[in-house]
Formats: sequence, structure tokens, C-alpha cells
Amino acid sequence: MVVAVAEDSRGTHDVRPWIEQAKPEYWCLIDPDHRVASLYGMANVPRAVWIDERGRIVRPPETAGSTDHFRKMDPQTLTMSPADQSARDAGKAFYVNAVAEWVTTGRHALDAPAAREKLPRITPEIALADAHFRLGVWLRRHGAAEQGSRHLAEASRLHPESWNIWRQSADLEAVGNAAGPGFWARVQALGDKPYHRPPDLPGFPT
Amino acid sequence: MGKRGMTTILTESDELTVDAANGLWLTAADAARVTGWTLKPEGMCRDDQCVALPPSVVAAGRVDVEAFWRRLGNPVLCADDRETWVLGAGADDRNAALAGLMAPDFTLPDLSGTPHTLSHLRGKKVLLVTWASW
Repeated sequence: MVVAVAEDSRGTHDVRPWIEQAKPEYWCLIDPDHRVASLYGMANVPRAVWIDERGRIVRPPETAGSTDHFRKMDPQTLTMSPADQSARDAGKAFYVNAVAEWVTTGRHALDAPAAREKLPRITPEIALADAHFRLGVWLRRHGAAEQGSRHLAEASRLHPESWNIWRQSADLEAVGNAAGPGFWARVQALGDKPYHRPPDLPGFPT
Repeated sequence: MGKRGMTTILTESDELTVDAANGLWLTAADAARVTGWTLKPEGMCRDDQCVALPPSVVAAGRVDVEAFWRRLGNPVLCADDRETWVLGAGADDRNAALAGLMAPDFTLPDLSGTPHTLSHLRGKKVLLVTWASW
């Protein structure tokens, strides 16, 4: 069963066209306060967690097949070379196949020690960042945009590795900001560090 | 912003409205409703754990929930008008919950507003995926 959670503080409005086009048979849930990201220690999208029949995490949050090939996009045209497109598609296909293997054979599920080792570590700064994010989103939703933005900025300052916080905050200032020049500058500033760390699956194409 | 005289409290899984005095001094009943901890002679208790409270934190049947929450090491924030508060989950609690490897539960609505709870899917393998329109 797939549970797809939209980390969208604007709520159903922006999410509806995506879901209606997909016509999914699985759960499509809306998470304006980013509760799932907080609960599971996720800093970006798309992230996947594998949960077994007993409700246990057998693969902690990891990149759901996305790669960093988008970073090589032409910034003017936002297009990728055919080679990069293939590589990106191969990453997604590989992840989907790994999930299918898990469903049919149980393969790739981690035992408890291995799963524990891969869990994210929540720091006091991250916990405080999440609180500022929650308040910031609420204030913006209730007509206190300036005060809300102040808390969203503090959330980002406390948890600078969170693309969820930064991009959602940017989007709340103006739709499109999350993919605008500020975003691309921030991605470039990563240098050699990954935007999407590849999942630790043997054979994942690089 | 909120209802006149009423205080809004944002917790990990909820948004509650309470009658708070002087910040976050709540009745014992509201304190339990908001925090999940119950006021007893030994202090604030949850399951088999109790946290003793200094006398300054309990008065006239009310509990200073802000002081209690900070005592637990958890984040507390309020809006400028002190009418909206966040009682955030603390890092230690979050890490302890994840270390147990039980998938943290949640209830969220779908497009039509129908709530769905993750733990209701016990018995099936679940692929939980987050995405965003931005």
C-alpha cells in the first residue's frame, strides 16, 4: 500500500491538480504542517520509508530514487541532456523495482540494527526549528504574514540542511520561489555535497 | 487572531483551544488534554513516569504548562500576542520513538477531507512517500 503525503502548507489548493491527474488508488494525504517530515526526520522530498506488516520501519527515510542530475540542467531553458534524463529515469526505475522486490520477496528490508544505524538523528536545534516552522505556517495562515515569515526564517537558520523548510517558506512568500534563482543559488552553494543522497541499495545507478 | 480570551496551542498532532491564564497556566484537566501528562501529588505523570514540579509551577488548581514543558527539555514558543503557543516535541523523545523502529503514527486528511491513520494499515507493507507541489 502506498501512502503519499504532500508536504504542502498551502493545503489542498496546490496539491489537487497533481492528485486528480494521477487518479491514484492509494492514499493521497495533505500535510500542511509537515508533521510527517518532523516525525520521520526528513529534510527533503521525495523521501520514502518502508514499513512492514507489523508497523515496523524496515528502511528509514531515504531518497525515493531521485538523483542530482537536475543540477546539470540548463538554467535558462531548464532542460536536461538526453543522457542525464536517461540516468535520472534509471534511478527512479531502479527504486521502483527495489520496492517491487521487497513486496514480493522481502528483499532490501533491513534488520533492526541496520535500520537503527540509518535512522536520522534529531538534534535540539532541529526540534526547535520544527516548532518555529509550525508557528510560522500557522501565523501566515491566520493573517500574520510578517510575524510568520520571521519564524520560518528562524526555522531555516536552525535547520539549514532542511530543503523542506527553506523551499516551503520560499513558496509561501510567492508561488514559484521554491524553484527560483534563490533556490538555484542555494543548490550551487552545496558544491560537492549531494542534494539527494542516493539510497543505499546495491547496484543503484550513479 | 484567536477567539477573544482563548489561547490556541499547537502540539505535535493537534490544534487545541484552551482558557489559559497569564501565559500557559492551565487547569489540571486542560493540562492533561494538551500534554498527555496527568497532575498527581508526585508531579506530572505519564505511563509509569512522573516528573516532580517545583511549587512555583502549580497554584490554585492550575499548572504552568510552559514551565513544565521546558522542564522536559522540549521547545516552547509563542506568538507576539501570547495567544498562540507551540508545545514542540523534544529531540530526545523523537529519537527514542524512532529508535524503537515502530513507524510513528499520524492521521492526515485526503483531498475530500477524510482522515486516514497510518496504523490502520497494519497487516500490509506500506511505502510511505513524501512529495510536494513546490
